[in-house]
Parts: sequence; structure tokens; C-alpha cells
Amino acid sequence: MAEPKIVRLVVVRQDAPEKAESRRKEAFEIPREPGMTVHGALERIRKRPVTVDDKTVSPPVWESSCLEGACGACTMLVNGRVAQACTTRVSDVSPKGQPIVLEPLRKFPLERDLVVDRSRMFQSLVHVKAWVALDGTQDRGAGPTESPEAQATRYSLSRCTTCGACLEACPEYRESAAFVGAAAINQARLFNLHPSGAHQATERTEALMGEGGVADCGKAQNCVEVCPQDIPLVDSIGEMSRATTKRLFFGWLLK
Amino acid sequence: MSVRLEGSRVRRVAVVGGGVAGLMATLELAQLGVPVDVFSVVPVRRSHSVVAQGGVSGARSGASTDVEVKSLFEGTIRGGEDLAHRPHVLGMARAAAGIVDLFDRMGVPFHRTSEGHVDRRRLGGHLEPRAAFAGATTGQHLLYALDEQARRFEVEPLRDARGPRAAGETLVRKLERWDFIALVRDDAGVCVGLIAQDLVSMAVRAFPYDAVILATGGPGGLCGKSAYSTTSSGAAAAAVVRQGAVYANGEFIQSHPTALRAPDKWRVVSDALRGEGARLWVPTAKADARAPHEIPEKERDYFFERASAAYGNLPPADAAARAIFRLCVHEGRGVFDATTQENEHAVYLDLTNLSERHVRTRLGGVEGLEKVAGFDPFASPLKVFPAVSYSMGGLWVDYESDASGGVAETSPRNQATNIPGLYAAGEVEYQFHGASRLGGNALLACAYAGQLAARAVGAYRDAMERSALDLPKSIFDKAQKSGEDAYRELVDRKAEGGENPYVLHDELAEVMQRDCTIERDDAKLDALLGTLAEIGERAQKASSPDSATRLNAGGPLLRRLADMVVLARVITKSARQRAESRGAHFKPASPRRDDAAWLKSTLARWKDGEPEIVSGFEYACAGKTVKATSAVDTGSLAPRATGESDG
Repeated sequence: MAEPKIVRLVVVRQDAPEKAESRRKEAFEIPREPGMTVHGALERIRKRPVTVDDKTVSPPVWESSCLEGACGACTMLVNGRVAQACTTRVSDVSPKGQPIVLEPLRKFPLERDLVVDRSRMFQSLVHVKAWVALDGTQDRGAGPTESPEAQATRYSLSRCTTCGACLEACPEYRESAAFVGAAAINQARLFNLHPSGAHQATERTEALMGEGGVADCGKAQNCVEVCPQDIPLVDSIGEMSRATTKRLFFGWLLK
Repeated sequence: MSVRLEGSRVRRVAVVGGGVAGLMATLELAQLGVPVDVFSVVPVRRSHSVVAQGGVSGARSGASTDVEVKSLFEGTIRGGEDLAHRPHVLGMARAAAGIVDLFDRMGVPFHRTSEGHVDRRRLGGHLEPRAAFAGATTGQHLLYALDEQARRFEVEPLRDARGPRAAGETLVRKLERWDFIALVRDDAGVCVGLIAQDLVSMAVRAFPYDAVILATGGPGGLCGKSAYSTTSSGAAAAAVVRQGAVYANGEFIQSHPTALRAPDKWRVVSDALRGEGARLWVPTAKADARAPHEIPEKERDYFFERASAAYGNLPPADAAARAIFRLCVHEGRGVFDATTQENEHAVYLDLTNLSERHVRTRLGGVEGLEKVAGFDPFASPLKVFPAVSYSMGGLWVDYESDASGGVAETSPRNQATNIPGLYAAGEVEYQFHGASRLGGNALLACAYAGQLAARAVGAYRDAMERSALDLPKSIFDKAQKSGEDAYRELVDRKAEGGENPYVLHDELAEVMQRDCTIERDDAKLDALLGTLAEIGERAQKASSPDSATRLNAGGPLLRRLADMVVLARVITKSARQRAESRGAHFKPASPRRDDAAWLKSTLARWKDGEPEIVSGFEYACAGKTVKATSAVDTGSLAPRATGESDG
């Protein structure tokens, strides 16, 4: 079969969260270019936002920034799977010219079209105290030394771009549920591994023992499969789970 | 976190832009106890700094501090082709080790030596390893560390010596997905606040601030397909230029020599790969159609290794970009494409000789290349070509030198623009890099400038006679209304006959890319100035394809497009003006560096709808009048006479 020359995109749109009646699917066709990504396709559409029914519409809106998979902005559902629009190639998701369906993430409040409100992810970073409690910015010399092995572990956990993929894929994470999700649990582990960050390890561990904590994980392991940065999320959940169990059984000894 | 906008009586300053420069300024202001509002078009954790890869200059080598400072100082000055003011660069060199230490303490996962200290690598334009690094994603980690620290201050209640002062107020507040529109100024022209637009609700608001620090990054939007993020439009810088800010050295726009061309983006392939041993080459024979692994060593031209043993594959970025451009565009010796029977505009960046395991540990993030390239870079060489990636030029900012030859670190003049109350830090301003930036110095300069700007604002604020909060509300109401009316005008433009702004933006980017980047020609620049003026007029009539009252992307783009054209004209005029070649600015018709006529900064203003070059100006800072000229302070390190700029 010849190389498909057209890309057909079907975008699930809605004008505002309270306007459920405006929910609709709009289909667009654009010429296919070598190496085209979903982001590139959306850019093409907004230069001539005319549907396959010849209707001129407002162009679909979506979030983007770095265009190279490093910032986490453009997360959306592509043919039902969570993906970054900027690194998803049209040829991969539509090898034989099948329509590509784009939808907003379902686990976050809708704002418009493909844009959702992911501020809850940043609030979770507060919940697990995802920072080193620096004394201040005065010059106090270098931080503690660290072994190359420890650095390699921390590095692998530090790549999280707060894109939301793990939460989208997780069966336990829902708007109506308290579960904080893999990304925040991983952040807790990351900071517990830092020599100074470890000073607040107990607080982070306890933050994951209450409602919505690590015990809510159902072990589906979808998170690690969809993480675009290949963060060992299941390992992190396992580590924090052990940490919370230890705290539960032996924490009273330290009081 | 929602921000209470009405009725706040807390004196704040604004930082516009939440990248490394903006967040370092925020942190330093918080340290000084100065409440801050941070504005950003995206959640700050997604700022453009996130794509910086190679490293941050300043890692200690074990040599004496004096030796390290001198080495970084001289390397930066020479790399910048002597165009940078020495005191600012010396200040940065002195601060470098402390800045790396600070990031280390914040938890940045810097790569370590076997003993456990922060490791170093060599980046473009350096003759020795100076950069601390975290995989090949250093910018990401520096940005995240600052984001994390800022978040701490977002949840800490604002208190004074008497206890909690203002209910619901915190030291740092973030207004994310807000777009800066313009400064609010009083009758004397002093900056007393700003107007900005909430990009979700489209509401326009005026805010009083004692000072504003602009840290909005570079003008990527002007060149379209580049290494920049979509957020790096340059619009904020242009907006303040329209309001009278001087723009300096705009002609110095850097192209990173090795970028992967993907359809939507040219993704920089970090110097770090060459620092780890990757090599650049083309087949010696012009029409060599063989696959790269089939071409034996002696039939490969490792062109940089041939040119300089000292620099090897890491010459300064601009010379490297020009050499690759010349090799492909003028000599036609780029990689040969057997299907089209043509030499591409591309050279090989070859990692295949490197140990994959070793490289992956030191170059975390390199798997991202695979996603963009579509193949494994350890199996087959990447094809790369230069892409616009950094602006050395930017808003003119002042500094005050001290007796030691460095910067007087608490002066209110540091990082001050010529608009009183407006400061600038990071890529948006013109200090440090002269005519050409060294690898690893962007992150360092952004961090240092952020610190300086914060301290300067602290001093400026202490000397203020009255706060912006004490001004009549009518100033802000009037500014807000004018912002609202301007936005209304944009979205009310009739659709028929109105050009699509996304298409018009592409046109702007194409002509700038073609005529104002790696090689420049006066006749083409003259023509470009005319084209840009015409695009500017068309931008006034372009209309938004989006009529929504929520998350409307077209309206803000119309505003930014008009701003981008202003900056494009200023930059093009600056390039036309400089009749020599130096660093990133190259004219084949005048290929030599000419210190006698051109060892000076290019100063540009926007006057009556036109860009103009000026030789000096006066401005007021904290009650003093400062005379600024285009002279470069070369006091502590005399310029080194050279011939051709290409070195």
C-alpha cells in the first residue's frame, strides 16, 4: 500500500467545563509530512482551521512549550493512550493512514479542548515537601559529597517533568479520590535519598501514610509503562511503601 | 494556588519569567524578605531553561580559586571577542563556584567524581573542563531546584517581626499562565507596576509593584524553527523597548552548531556529546553515497580536528556554526543523500565510537535524541546543522564597578535598565557574553544576574520615598482600562480579509532566519527592514481565528506578533549598522574584526515607530543621573588584536 499522504485528526473538543453541551468531535485533514508529530499536525490545523465538512472553526487549543519532550506541557490522549504530542510521530500512531483521535486527559479538570488543569500535581509536591530545606542562599560552601552510584540513582528519579502521564494511566488516581499518585511518591523518595533532604525523611514518609498515601496504590504498574522519562516509578512506590510500613511498626519506638 | 488580587497592602516586586534567572532572583528576594509575585506564561517548571543541557560553568577543579576565577574570566572575555564589560564578567567568574555550591546544596544531582565531589566537563569554546553537569539535562535540574525552593516560600506565610502580618499572604506568589503586556509608569516615567493578562479567563489587570525584574528569555519567536520553546517569543522585551528601554547588541544571535532538524523544532544536541568524545565529520568525497559506517576513517574529513588541535571538536559555537554553514551551503560538502542526489545541509555527529554504557551514564537525556531522530544514535551518526538558540544581545542593563575590578554587589544600578524601576536578568539582557557565548555560561550568567538583580532591587526599594501602593489608584485603573481596550480591539477585528496570525508569524520567522542569522549582507538587511515594516502593518490587520472568551490563543498571539516585529526591526537595524565581523555577527563583505571602529556596544531604541541606533543616553537610578555610552569597559583585560573573526 502506498505511503498515506493525508493525516486525519479527530479532536474531542469542549468550549468550557460548564458547557457540556459543547462537547463535540471535529475532524481535520492535512497533508502528511515526513517526521510530522501530533504537535506539528495541530500547528498545521490552526493555520487553516477548516474541518472535513468545510466548516471554519476556531482552532483546537492545547499546551506546548519545549517541543522536545523535556517540559511535560503537551500531555494528551492520542488514540486513547497518554502521550506527549511533541514526540509522538504521526507515522507511529497512524502507519496506514488511520484517523488519529486526540482527547484531553480525563483525570484532571477540563479547561477547554485539550487543555486541563494540572495544578493538583504541583500541590502534591507541597504535600510531600519536595525540596531540600535550605538554610538560605548565603555561601556555605559545597553540599555533602555523594557517591557516583547514589548520584546515578537520584538522577534517574529526578527527571520528572510533572507531565501527568502516570496519573492519567493509574486506575486509582481520580479527581474524586485522595490518592496522590506515582509522581509525588517518587518525589518523596528522591528527596529522602538526598543527604540533606533526608533530614525531613520522616515528614515525607508520614505524609504518605495518611489518606491518599502510598497504601492506595493498586499495583497496576501502568505508571512505569507510560512514563516518558523512564523513571523507575514502581521501585519508588515499593521503597516508600517499605518506609511507611517501617514507620508504622517502629515509629512509636522513636517517640 | 489561587492568588488574592484585591485589596492587598503588601509591597511587592514582580519577577516576569520563571526560568533560572527569574527564579534565582525570586529566591534571593525572598532571602532579603522582599515579597515577590512571579509571572509566567507556563507553570515555571516548564520554562525554557529546562532544555539547557551541557552544564553550568563554575565547578571547582582543585586549583586555587584565583586561578579558576582568572581562567573563567579570561576565557569568557576572549570567547566573547572582547565585547563584554570586564567588571560584570569578573563578578560572574568570582561568583561561579558559590553558585554551583548553592545548586549542589539544593539537591541538583550533579555528576560525581569517584571521591564524591562535583565532576567537570568541557563545553564549547573552553580549553579546559569547567562545567558541573547532571547528565545532559543540567538546565532541567537547576530549574527544578529553584522551582522547589520557590515553592517553599509559596507556602510560608508572610510575617514580620511582630508575627503573621497579612492573612492569606505569602512571601512568594506565582501567577502562572499570565502574559506580561506592558509596564505601568508614573508621570515621571518610573516603572510602578505592570499590566498582564490571565491566559485562561482572558482578564486583563494592572498591578502595582515597587520594581519589576524582566527575566523572559530570548527572542526565539522571531526565528520560528529554532532551538527555542514556544514561550520564548521575545514579546516582553519588545514591549518595554516600545516603552523606551534601550536594546543592546541585538545583532549577536547565536546558532548552536549541532541541532537535529525535526519538523517542528530544531533540537540542540549538546556540546556535552562532543565533550564525551563524539566527533563531527563529512565524507571527504563530495558525492559519497555510502552509509556512514561503510566509509573508512581515511575517507572522512574530521574538519574541526583538522582546524585546531586545542579546540578539537569543541571550538566556540559561532565559529563552529559558521564553519558548518560554509561547508554545507557554500562548499556543498554536506552529507550526500542518495535518493535526492544532493548534498544536504547536514554534517555527521558521530557517537558510534563511544562506549554506550559510559556515555549513557554521563549523558542522561540522550535517549531523548532517539525520539527526535527516530533511530539509535549509537548505531548510526546523527545528522546535524546549526540552529538559532541564544541571544547574547538584549535589554541594556547597567552595573556599578568597584575598586577590585568587579561589580559592587549591592548597588541599585546592577541589572537596571534605563527605565527606572525596571530591571532585567538572564538571556533577556545583554551582559556577560559579548559577541559570542561559551557553553555552560548561559546557566551561570542567568543565575548570577538573577542574584544581582534581586540585591539591586532590594537597595532600590530601600531608597524609595514612596511605594507603588501609595500612588493614586487612578494610574492603575487607567492602565488596566487601556490594556482591556487594546485586547478588545485585537479580538474584535473582523475575520474577513484578516490574515491568519500563525501564517504571518511563519513569514516573519522565515525572512529573519534566511537574512539575519549566520551570514549577513547589507543589501539583504536593507530589504529585510522594508519587509519587516510591511509585515508589521499586516500584523495590525491580522485577525484571530479564535473568538473564544476562554483560553483564547489567537488574541495574545496578535499582540505578541506586533511586539515580535518591533524587536525584529531593532535587531535587523543593529545588524545593518555593525560593519565588521565579530563572534556571532558575520558579514562576508567585512569579514574582519575591527576594534578601532567597532569595539563598542550597539545601542538601539524605538522612536516614533522606527528603530534607531544611538551612541549614548542618560537615565536615572535611585536619584542619580547616569550617563551611558557605547564604550566597552576593557580596563582589566585589554582586547587581544586579531585578524579574521573566525580564529
